[in-house]
Amino acid sequence: MSALDKLDAEALYGELLRGVRGLLRPEGLLVGIWSGGAWLGERLHQDLGLVGEAGVISSALHRDDFSQRGLSAGADHTRLPFEIKGRHIVLVDDVLYTGRTIRAAVNELYDFGRPASVTLAVLVDRGGRELPICAALAPATIELPAGQRLSLARDPAGKFSFEIR
Amino acid sequence: MFVRRNPQLNRNDELIHLLSIEGLPASILTHILDTAGTFLSVNERDVKKVPLLRGKSVFNLFFENSTRTRTTFEIAAKRLSADVINLDIARSSTAKGESLLDTIANLSAMHADMFVVRHSESGAPYLIAQHCAPHVHVVNAGDGRHSHPTQGLLDMYTIRHYKKDFRELTVAIVGDIVHSRVARSDIHALTTLGAPEIRAVGPKTLVPGDLREMGVRVCHDLAEGITGADVIIMLRLQNERMSGGMLPSAGEYFKTFGLSPEKLALAKPDAIVMHPGPINRGVEIDSAVVDGAQSVILPQVTFGIAVRMAVMSIIAGNSA
Repeated sequence: MSALDKLDAEALYGELLRGVRGLLRPEGLLVGIWSGGAWLGERLHQDLGLVGEAGVISSALHRDDFSQRGLSAGADHTRLPFEIKGRHIVLVDDVLYTGRTIRAAVNELYDFGRPASVTLAVLVDRGGRELPICAALAPATIELPAGQRLSLARDPAGKFSFEIR
Repeated sequence: MFVRRNPQLNRNDELIHLLSIEGLPASILTHILDTAGTFLSVNERDVKKVPLLRGKSVFNLFFENSTRTRTTFEIAAKRLSADVINLDIARSSTAKGESLLDTIANLSAMHADMFVVRHSESGAPYLIAQHCAPHVHVVNAGDGRHSHPTQGLLDMYTIRHYKKDFRELTVAIVGDIVHSRVARSDIHALTTLGAPEIRAVGPKTLVPGDLREMGVRVCHDLAEGITGADVIIMLRLQNERMSGGMLPSAGEYFKTFGLSPEKLALAKPDAIVMHPGPINRGVEIDSAVVDGAQSVILPQVTFGIAVRMAVMSIIAGNSA
């Protein structure tokens, strides 16, 4: 059985939903990291019956590999339709790996104000951390070879699955 | 067969210098415009700064005077977190007899990462790009009569912002086309992006017939040139054209080629009026048009910063 077969994205989403319900403080805000995390944020927002819309944040403008890789796509996806100053934020992403995307996303968040707290919730933690970052919630933990890229996919009906490349 | 490479692109056809719009594919132009859209929103944030060029040194080398272009490049570089060094070259080393390449070698020894160059000689930025170290990037901020690519790109950004699609547009460029690097850059960009009708409008001394070779329609009558236009780009009339005998007088020019509200009424009702600045009110354009509802001259300036941020961040992210 491959690593992918063990990852039922829909089942993990159910666990994530229950966990985020507990993590999210009253008046708390959901912010998803573009792109997989933004899909999760959008669906969590709906399933939790929150008002307004979920925030989306892009890590592109704060990436630390800019000088090697150039400007990555998706830089214009940050949408925070609320004040973040003084608010408790749950940051959502699909896969936690080196922690570099999270570092960049937190920096991007701070360009809009100083939140009261930031908590991280992900679907899958694949280990391999290169920075002191950890998730408060990760329904699945797996190990993958360094060369493989694991990411969330969403079909036209909105159903989640995982892709390994 | 020996194929001469475009000196602006690396082996992967990525942009490493911006020297001219001529020869760049539509995909690169569109990528710059899309990226500029991102930076427009950065300029509205609490913290109007992103760290993409942190630790990099951008040298503004203006061998020819310009306040607006130099300032917008400076703001753009600072919003990307670069250190900016402005050198008034015209009044320093060159005046003491130092050659262009010696100046560049000296500045490179000061660990420059990017040169933003304006020069009265066409081709000067090319020369610098060919002789600087591989990690150094060059942006042409206007060279002679040749090219002013960031102005061309900010004009394209402005047109796309208001008109969405280039493929149905009639664009009239009015004034001193033959001496204008802005006009040349706009014509190349509009052609590449698929604008079907580009008109070059002005007197015969400033709009010669051989401009047709660039694929434009030449008009020596303002009314004919702007009738039905979606976009009107007015060019500044340089005073030296009058003293050089190419034109009778400023008043005479305004009567025949100045854009007045009455003339503007011949264009489409939703036509936009652009101008690269500085404006000569009452020479090439009426004050009522400059300040009117169809004028997008000030938004051009705002978009110019975002476009220059896009250009600098894209080239800095690609290696030779």
